[in-house]
Amino acid sequence: MLHRWDGARFLPDRTLGIQAKEFNLGIIRPVNRVSHGLRVNVRDALNQAMDEELERDERVFLLGEEVAQYDGAYKVSRGLWKKYGDKRIIDTPITEMGFAGIAVGAAFAGLRPICEFMTWNFSMQAIDQVINSAAKTYYMSAGAQPVPIVFRGPNGSSAGVAAQHSQCFAAWYGHCPGLKVVSPWNSEDARGLLKAAIRDDNPVVFLENELMYGVPFDLSEEVMQKDFVVPIGKAKVERQGTHITLVSHSRCVGFCLDAATVLAKEGVECEVVNLRTIRPLDVDTIEASVMKTGHLVTVEGGWPQYGVGAEICARVMEGPAFNYLDAPAVRVTGVDIPMPYAKILEDHSVPQIKDIIFSVKKVLNIVFLIVTSSDYFIAINCSVTEIKLPFYQS
Amino acid sequence: CFILPAASTSLPHGGAVRMVCRLVMGARMVASTRSFADFTPQASFDVKKCELHRLEAGPSETAVLTREQGLQYYRTMQTMRRMELKADQLYKQKIIRGFCHLYDGQEACAMGIEAGINPTDHLITAYRAHGYTFTRGVSVREILAELTGRRGGVAKGKGGSMHMYAKHFYGGNGIVGAQVPLGAGVALACQYQGNNQVCVALYGDGAANQGQIFESFNMAALWKLPCIFICENNKFGMGTSVERSSASTDYFKRGDYIPGIKVDGMDVLCVREAIKFAADYCRAGKGPIVMELETYRYHGHSMSDPGVSYRSREEIQEVRSKSDPITMLKERMLSNNMASVEEIKEIDVEIRKVIEDAAQFAISDPEPPLDELCNHIFANNPPMEVRGTNPWVKLKSVS
Repeated sequence: MLHRWDGARFLPDRTLGIQAKEFNLGIIRPVNRVSHGLRVNVRDALNQAMDEELERDERVFLLGEEVAQYDGAYKVSRGLWKKYGDKRIIDTPITEMGFAGIAVGAAFAGLRPICEFMTWNFSMQAIDQVINSAAKTYYMSAGAQPVPIVFRGPNGSSAGVAAQHSQCFAAWYGHCPGLKVVSPWNSEDARGLLKAAIRDDNPVVFLENELMYGVPFDLSEEVMQKDFVVPIGKAKVERQGTHITLVSHSRCVGFCLDAATVLAKEGVECEVVNLRTIRPLDVDTIEASVMKTGHLVTVEGGWPQYGVGAEICARVMEGPAFNYLDAPAVRVTGVDIPMPYAKILEDHSVPQIKDIIFSVKKVLNIVFLIVTSSDYFIAINCSVTEIKLPFYQS
Repeated sequence: CFILPAASTSLPHGGAVRMVCRLVMGARMVASTRSFADFTPQASFDVKKCELHRLEAGPSETAVLTREQGLQYYRTMQTMRRMELKADQLYKQKIIRGFCHLYDGQEACAMGIEAGINPTDHLITAYRAHGYTFTRGVSVREILAELTGRRGGVAKGKGGSMHMYAKHFYGGNGIVGAQVPLGAGVALACQYQGNNQVCVALYGDGAANQGQIFESFNMAALWKLPCIFICENNKFGMGTSVERSSASTDYFKRGDYIPGIKVDGMDVLCVREAIKFAADYCRAGKGPIVMELETYRYHGHSMSDPGVSYRSREEIQEVRSKSDPITMLKERMLSNNMASVEEIKEIDVEIRKVIEDAAQFAISDPEPPLDELCNHIFANNPPMEVRGTNPWVKLKSVS
């Protein structure tokens, strides 16, 4: 199902001649609905997970900017201060380095803090505390000092928030031994991974996504159990396929599934792997999938250089799955520039569904009709899908 | 206040008309029954005494305002006000997106500061920057077009609300507090180059607790940098009141060893006198100085904050009716016969037209062209290739 900017919905077979400008395929406007019954949006899944863990363990507490009386800058901690009070839900001044350090110190002394960064961009102010004080301490103390802390907040690009507020930090934190880094996509991921993170005795970097907060998903009875956890370090195959493996995390998983639906109409069956965890990376699931399909495309919102996709490709090169590759593995990423503000530029700075489809077809060597900006038609061996790429150079 | 003898009595009638025509800077002639010679050309006003920290003497307690200055300040502040309200309207129509932090209520700060420094001095502020972008010389057209993300915007649509720049104006900064060390650095450059310029580095009450601000204080004092640190205290850091965020709310004293001045930020003349004092202090090589401007924002923190969950509507209404900076200036001028009601109305009409034209431009100007996407990564660099969303997309980047 493809969503147009004005809310209209289209089935893939009606969208031949996709124009990115009209459809804004990458951008699904989140609907801020309150969750009813078992249809829960990501925001409420996070809220319920925190609520249940606060209730379960006295040592858990939440601190960050506007988390208490404002109900959270993005309303993720709505209702928690009313329920638990000043001691467990703490509003901090705008001082990231300071309160991140305070949170780590509290973890040293036996508490289990959840430290919220209003967005992960602001964590750069505090990154020393995350890396040097949280991540490395258990190692430096030879096991004497664990740091059971969760750092959480929205990560990656949003809509129109420009360069300083749109960076993806998955690669930055994923680089560091001693940290666990998770990146949920849907409500089940959010709920299960947050519970797992809070119960984990190690520092966990929890990368949410602002544009996913309002997106609802159906949750099963099992997922709604108080002790439901999604194990950290285990990826999930969201869609079975045979021709090619798409590996992704966070919001891009949804784009992969949409691309897979379009491609299925043409007989290309994609296997979509939702990483769920960036570090430790579930190489086994990725390798098993690549050994099955023989082709790999990684999809992420962050920049390409030294990124998550680069690591996945390197691991595949170094492991048994390499021998099963029928084509080089390829990365779909954000464009290698600071995020521009203007809508048309922003839309072209992030991976869109058409980019995933294009890359899959290139990797699988499927020929197709290209209309170039100068309307020069290259017809090689009949039509499959027509994609207009206005500014590509080749 | 008392009124100085009207200077026009010493000139022949015709000369007074010519002088005032020049003074009124190109505004249309007001067809009123009063001749220009009736207006008071300048007057002296009492301004609130500033509380001082580590200073024997402070800014002047009287401010002299000429008719020309008064009209200019009024015009500038009213333009800022209407521009912000237009931005509010465009945001609600979803023509502006992303972050939008509005400045209405705080106009006297930007105007007073600009009136007290030179255009060659430097200024840097945080994200509530549209007012300063205007006072530092960017047109309303370019500001609104930047908010709507069009190619005619001051940053060509690539920066947005929080990232607008001009000569001697370093934005527009999105990360709370980061602009303060930047401002101290600009001051370092001024000292280094010996150009007798100062830098005004602004931050809010929310940012005032940032560690990097205290680091900047220390180095600026140590090296006697010509930096004026100004805290615009509008009582709330997003949804958190000053009492809930700060162990000490005497922001003008937070520089500790750095002298400080507490200023009525709703009175443009008080701000002007204070900044003149501060700039003289810095230019004399005495080192940095801290100012706290007590002010108020009518809107919420940003367009996604209604602004009434942490303060009452009555409070906002009270400030609007009792301390609005534009109303205060207008009343001062009218009650001292420095302007007429018709004249003010005409200025309002002109400003409305300017804003409407700018908004029209901002809506109709096309978005930036796609081949701009990768430009401006590096300066003074030969053209280079940039990776697109996949390896087959090779985009071009020029400086």
